[in-house]
Amino acid sequence: MPWDRNQMAARAAEELEDGMYVNLGIGIPTLVANYVGDKDITLQSENGMLGMGPFPFEGEEDPDLINAGKQTITELNRTSYFDSAMSFGMIRGGKIAAAILGAMEVAENGDLANWMIPGKLVKGMGGAMDLVAGVGKVVVVMDHQNKAGESKVLKACTLPLTGAGVVDRIITNLGVLDVVEGGLKIVQLADGVTEDELRAATEATIVG
Amino acid sequence: MQKVYGSAAEALDGLLFDGMLIASGGFGLCGIPELLIDGIVAAGTKDLTVASNNAGVDDFGLGKLLATRQVKKMMSSYVGENAEFMRQYLSGELELEFNPQGTLAERMRAGGAGIPGFYTKTGVGTVIAEGKEVKTWNGQDYILEEGIFADLSIVKAWKADDTGNAIFRKTARNFNPPAAMCGKVCVMEVEEIVPRGSLDPDHIHLPGIYVHRLIQGEHEKRIEQRTVRKREEA
Repeated sequence: MPWDRNQMAARAAEELEDGMYVNLGIGIPTLVANYVGDKDITLQSENGMLGMGPFPFEGEEDPDLINAGKQTITELNRTSYFDSAMSFGMIRGGKIAAAILGAMEVAENGDLANWMIPGKLVKGMGGAMDLVAGVGKVVVVMDHQNKAGESKVLKACTLPLTGAGVVDRIITNLGVLDVVEGGLKIVQLADGVTEDELRAATEATIVG
Repeated sequence: MQKVYGSAAEALDGLLFDGMLIASGGFGLCGIPELLIDGIVAAGTKDLTVASNNAGVDDFGLGKLLATRQVKKMMSSYVGENAEFMRQYLSGELELEFNPQGTLAERMRAGGAGIPGFYTKTGVGTVIAEGKEVKTWNGQDYILEEGIFADLSIVKAWKADDTGNAIFRKTARNFNPPAAMCGKVCVMEVEEIVPRGSLDPDHIHLPGIYVHRLIQGEHEKRIEQRTVRKREEA
């Protein structure tokens, strides 16, 4: 059985180490916060907050306190607030140890596409281009294939890029792959997934 | 030095002209200058270029200026919450210049700090880099981005004294300080104007030097994505 969304999030949480400042994207990456356990992790919200807490209890929502997905959230006793220029200063400046993001496509050279599909609705890149250019480690969490069964792990991205050569690690429902010289290296197979199955579902070059 | 005005209309009087560039604070609907946006709608100023991270929603925030067709061009990082924006953009009525969010914030900060351009690795190898100068340091490419020098800044803070020393609240700070800095003139709206001396000088987020006109008013502070957890989960 390939990993489900929660198992992918749990596996992504293993990438996080004690003391890290981390930015989590929208979707499955948001679920990673549920699996950090006892690790001392500080979550950044790029609209200007370090130390993001859980959603508020009903009736305690504060319109002045939202995350980058515009959802109401809460603060913690370690929280700090700052403006957008400082927020992206710490992102661009390499102070954020890791970003865990979703993707539409990832290529074997680490190219990432996750912000637009030409001809369809164009929403914007938000902070994604800054994050992938600036943070210490970029981890992509996504389904290995699209709904049509085509590989999202490609030799080259077909969609407009969010960043060139920026991805370090890919976690999918089928396993974990690292971007290395010459292609992708299998780090781990999801429970019950064989290497042949992973290779068959992957368009990108797998080395080693 | 009299910075306090009685209304948005009074505070904006003499500052608006067709074709101007306005920088606005706010992230989503959080910390947006609601009253000043309404004031610009009422003034009917046209062909605006607005630098703002987002474009509001259809009936609130900058969406109101889009509904009245007063905006010619948006400089934003994310506009996904506004259907009217999409309609105008796809039909060619509205220009859109996408800026990565951090690039937009830094362009405002730089403009306010007298820096006409800076190099960043954000966007290298993407469509954002097209037509921009590239410079290489230590083997890493960087692209040239320009500071934003706005004709007018409209921002929202929580409290300010009558000299414009301002304090923001939680994540409503967001783009407001850099937006305030990059305007030739900055008009700020606050929830409360407090007497001089009542704010701790060590706790000022934005010094009054950046604020030229100030109004106080009631804010709707609409929530875009109300998310909660159940009490029994605690």
